[in-house]
Amino acid sequence: MAMNKAQRRYARSVILLMTGYVLTLFGVVSYHNNHPLHGALGYVAGVLPALPVIGVFFVMGRYLVEESDEYLRAQTVRQSLVATGFAMSVATAWGFLENFDLVPHVYAYYAAILWFAGLGVGSCANKLLERGAGE
Amino acid sequence: MNNRLRVLRAEHAWSQQDLAERLDVSRQSVNAIETGRYDPSLPLAFRIADLFGMTIEEIFQNPSKETEK
Repeated sequence: MAMNKAQRRYARSVILLMTGYVLTLFGVVSYHNNHPLHGALGYVAGVLPALPVIGVFFVMGRYLVEESDEYLRAQTVRQSLVATGFAMSVATAWGFLENFDLVPHVYAYYAAILWFAGLGVGSCANKLLERGAGE
Repeated sequence: MNNRLRVLRAEHAWSQQDLAERLDVSRQSVNAIETGRYDPSLPLAFRIADLFGMTIEEIFQNPSKETEK
């Protein structure tokens, strides 16, 4: 299926941001292995890998603004809502389990990973609803 | 929402892709509207009505009147 202009821009941006994420992460981790991060520069370097991930949230919002096809936009909104509900639910449940020492501690950035996984769940939900409606 | 889009499209011998291109939407949108899975916004409903030279009510069935039947 051919992508429209907004979809192409979204896909291109995500690829660029994910490439930036991998490069930044490896760079900061390599630097940290030789020179442990500390002080103000440490905070700046430490937050660098987060910026491309935050960028993906931004391009998702931009896509929703730029997508002129209202049905595709509605599909993406539902996918994002499912992703948000999925990530928040797992994070909340995990937080309480962690509070009672039943599961190990995980870093907060796993919430973003859960959200991206939730996009997959949202995509499945969209497909199931389509199929259920007889497409 | 029930509608006559599929019938009108067939009368013009247009595929879903043909209609989608004329409305500047995706083929999935046309399919979703035809099968009643998605109710178009008022601007899109007007575009559809204009394309067929009809009023919105001649294409889309009023949901409140559907329930009355």
